[in-house]
Amino acid sequence: MRSRLHLQIPQVFILVMLVVLLAGAFHAGIPLGGIMGDALVRLVMNGVLVMSMIPMLNAGLGVNFGLPVGICAGLLGMCLAVNFRLTGLAGLFGAMLISIPIGAVLGYLYGRLLNRVKGREEIAGTFVGFSFISIMNFFWAVAPFTNPTMLWPIGGQGLRPVIGLQGYFAKVLNHSWSFRLGDLTVPFGMLVFFACLAVLLHLFFHTRAGTAMVATGENEVFAGLSGVDVKAIRTLAVILSTVLAAWGICVYAQSYGFLELYSAPLMMAFPAASAIFLGGSLGHRTAVIQAVIGTFLFQTTYVISGPIANALLVPEVAEIFRMILTNGVILYAMLYEGGRRRRVQG
Amino acid sequence: MYRANAVPAVFIVLSALALYFSGLSPSFVASEVITRFIRDGVMVLALVIPVTAGMGLNFAVTVGALAAQVGIVLAVDWGLQGAAGLFAITAMGLGLSVVSGFLIGVMLNRVRGKEMITTMIIGFLATGIYQLVFMVGYGTVIRPANQEMMLSRGIGIRNMLDLAPFRNIIDTIWVIQAGPLEIPLFMILMVLGAAGLITYLLHTRLGQQFKAVGEGVEKAEMLGIDTRAVRIKAIVLSTVLACLGHIIFTQNIGMLNVYTAHMNTDIFACAALLAGGASILRAHVGHALLGVLLFHSLFIVSPQAGQNIFSNAALGEYFRTFVAYGTIAFALVMSTRGRGSAG
Repeated sequence: MRSRLHLQIPQVFILVMLVVLLAGAFHAGIPLGGIMGDALVRLVMNGVLVMSMIPMLNAGLGVNFGLPVGICAGLLGMCLAVNFRLTGLAGLFGAMLISIPIGAVLGYLYGRLLNRVKGREEIAGTFVGFSFISIMNFFWAVAPFTNPTMLWPIGGQGLRPVIGLQGYFAKVLNHSWSFRLGDLTVPFGMLVFFACLAVLLHLFFHTRAGTAMVATGENEVFAGLSGVDVKAIRTLAVILSTVLAAWGICVYAQSYGFLELYSAPLMMAFPAASAIFLGGSLGHRTAVIQAVIGTFLFQTTYVISGPIANALLVPEVAEIFRMILTNGVILYAMLYEGGRRRRVQG
Repeated sequence: MYRANAVPAVFIVLSALALYFSGLSPSFVASEVITRFIRDGVMVLALVIPVTAGMGLNFAVTVGALAAQVGIVLAVDWGLQGAAGLFAITAMGLGLSVVSGFLIGVMLNRVRGKEMITTMIIGFLATGIYQLVFMVGYGTVIRPANQEMMLSRGIGIRNMLDLAPFRNIIDTIWVIQAGPLEIPLFMILMVLGAAGLITYLLHTRLGQQFKAVGEGVEKAEMLGIDTRAVRIKAIVLSTVLACLGHIIFTQNIGMLNVYTAHMNTDIFACAALLAGGASILRAHVGHALLGVLLFHSLFIVSPQAGQNIFSNAALGEYFRTFVAYGTIAFALVMSTRGRGSAG
C-alpha cells in the first residue's frame, strides 16, 4: 500500500511542539522513561479507536464522527462481560467477542442511514452519534443488569456512570508480558496485540472485499461499473468500523481501569479524527501506518503536556491545549482538502 | 412550493402529552415559554440567513455568542455599568462578530459542500482559544483592572460573573401584567423586530442574492453574482445576530458562566429552528419563531413528565437531549438532495 506522509503545517507544528515539550520536561526534571512508557500505553489505548476509522475513510464515507455508535456497542459488550463476572484476559476478550454481534447490528443500521446521505456522511454521522448516546442513556438507566458493583448503591436500579473494572479486567492487557528497561516499562503484550490488529487490518485491504472498498472510495461510479455492489460495500465498511470502534473502547477502558457510560463518549470522535489527520491522512484513503503515527504524535504530546502544565501551576492548560490541537488539526485538514479539491476542479 | 412538514405536529403532540403528564399549570408553562422566547428567539433567527444562502445550519453561532461574552467580560473588567455599559458590550461584541464572521465566511468558501461539519469544528476551536485567553491569558499576559473577578491564584477569571450592573436593564421596559402572566412587551417586540428585519432583508437585492446562491451556486454565478462575497455576507450577518441574541440571553439571566454559557447554544438553536418546520435547505423566520415556542414548551415540561411517568427525573432529561440531537439528525438524514448540497 502506497503510504505518502504529507509533511504539512500540523505535522511540523506538532514535531516542534514535541521537541519544545521534551526539552521543557527534561528541564523540569520529569523522568523521560516514565513519559515514554505512558506514551506507548496511550498509543495502544487510543490507537484501536483511531484505526477503526480507516474502513469508512477508505470506502469514501469520510471521517466517522459517529464513533459513539461503535463505542456504545463496546460498552454494552463490556457491561455484559462484567455482569457475567468474566475476569482477566477472558473478561477482555469475552467483552470483545460479545461486542462483535452488537457492533455488527448497529453498524448495519448506521450504514443504511449513511447510504441515504451520500456526501453529507460526516455531519449526519455526528448527530446520529450524539442522538444514539442519549438513547443509550435511557438504556443504561433502566437496563436489567444484576451485578451489584455496576448498579447504583441505593435502589439497585440503573447503571453507575463510572464502573470500576478492578477485579474484572482492568489493565490486563497493559500488564501482560510487560517488562522493565531501566525506568521505562514496556507494555509488550499490549504492543503485540496492537501490531497484530494493525497487520490484519492492513492485510484486509488486500483481500477481495478490501480492494473493492478502496475502489469504491476512489471512484464510486467506476467501482459500480466494474461490478462492485457500492451500497453493500459501504455498509460493510461501516460495520467493520463500528465493530473496530467497539474493540477500541474495550482496549481503552481496560487500560483506563474504568467503564465510563452515559455522556462520556460524546466527544470521543474528535481526538480520534485529529489523530487520523495528524498521521497525514486527508480524509480519504488512509494507510494503517498513518493512523499509528498520528495517534503516537497526538498522545505523546498529550502525555508530556500534562506534567508541564502542572509545573506551570495552571493545570487546565493541558486540557485546553488538547482541545485547540484537536480542532485546529481537523479544521486545517478540512480547509487544506477543500482548497485542493477546488484547484483540481479548477 | 410549500411542502408540509410533520415535525411541528410531532412537537405539538409530544408537548401536549408531556404537559398532561407533568401536571404543571399551563400558566406556569406559558410564562416560562415567554421567557425562553425572548432569551433564545434572536439566536434561532440568526440561523435563517445561512440556510437561505444554501450553507446549511450554521453551528458557528457559538462564535457570535463568544464575541458577546468577550464584550461582557471586558465591560466587567473595566467597571462599566448600566445602559452605557450595555451599549459598550454591544459595540465590542458586534465589532468582534463582524471580524470573526468574515473569517468564518472565508473558511467556508474553501469547504463548499461540507459547511456544517466545518462550522461545528470552528465553534469548538473558538471555544478552546477563548478559554485559553480567559483562563490562562488573564493574569499572565493581560493585566486585569478588576481584581475581584479573578481566581484566587491570580491567573484566570472566575467561573461565574455576576452581571448585577446590567441585569434587567431592557427586560423591564413595558412589562404588561395579564392575569397570572407577566409579558415583557418591549422584549417580545425586539425579537419580532429582528424577525421583521430579516424578512425585509430577504426581500432586498442582497436577500435575492442569498436565495439565488442557495438555489445553486453555478446558476447564481451565471447571473453575475459574486457568490463568494454573498456567502461571506450571510455568515457575517448570522454571527452578528447570534452575538445580539447572546447579549439578550445573558443580561436576562443576569449571570455569566464564563467558560460554558455559550456551549450548546448552537445545538438548541438548530433544533428549535427545525422543530418549527424548517429543513437544512429551506428556512424562514416563521419557522424560527414557531420553533422556539414548540421546542421550549417540550423542554420545560419533559423533566417533570419523566418524573411522573417513570418516577425518574433523569429519564425526562435524557429525553430532552435526545429530542435536541434527534431533531437535527432526523433533518440531516431526511433531507434528500444528492451531492453538492451543504453538509
